[in-house]
Amino acid sequence: MSTAHEQIEAKVKSSDVVLFMKGTPQFPQCGFSAQVVQILDYLGTPYASVNVLETAEMRQGIKDYSNWPTVPQLYVKGEFLGGCDIVREMFQAGELQTHFEQAGLPVKQAAPN
Amino acid sequence: MAMEANEIERLIKAALPDASVEIRDLAGDGDHYAATVVSPSFKGKTRVQQHKIVYDALQGQMGGVLHALALQTSAE
Repeated sequence: MSTAHEQIEAKVKSSDVVLFMKGTPQFPQCGFSAQVVQILDYLGTPYASVNVLETAEMRQGIKDYSNWPTVPQLYVKGEFLGGCDIVREMFQAGELQTHFEQAGLPVKQAAPN
Repeated sequence: MAMEANEIERLIKAALPDASVEIRDLAGDGDHYAATVVSPSFKGKTRVQQHKIVYDALQGQMGGVLHALALQTSAE
């Protein structure tokens, strides 16, 4: 039985884009998580997701792992990118698309101007 | 449990005395806020670092008492 820390690390290292969220992309259980799902779906970049509500260890573990107090949290190529506000700000500024492209990840849509 | 807007502002200003802080109560329920924090000390810092400074100023309330604080930060 691995710890939450090990599970998180394995997930972050095995997927290019991972969203730690409340609920699932199909059924987000928090408005902030839903916003990030919307943005990722809009960009069309494939991503893995982890529902932190499934276990108390994961819910607290991700906050400790990132040293970040809130969920959702987006990881790109093993790096913590930010929470909902940062992802939204970057998306609106066109920086998220650029970030994905520079990381060699597919992006479906052009940035809205 | 909710937190007063002026308490949020007080904590942020205590940690960042040079910051201009604007808090908006989004839903009128004392529980969903948006904060804009502008501080010259953010210069040269990434967004993650800027948000982290504000979260740290809130002394652990973020993610706990304060579930919903939409945060926007900028250096100018």
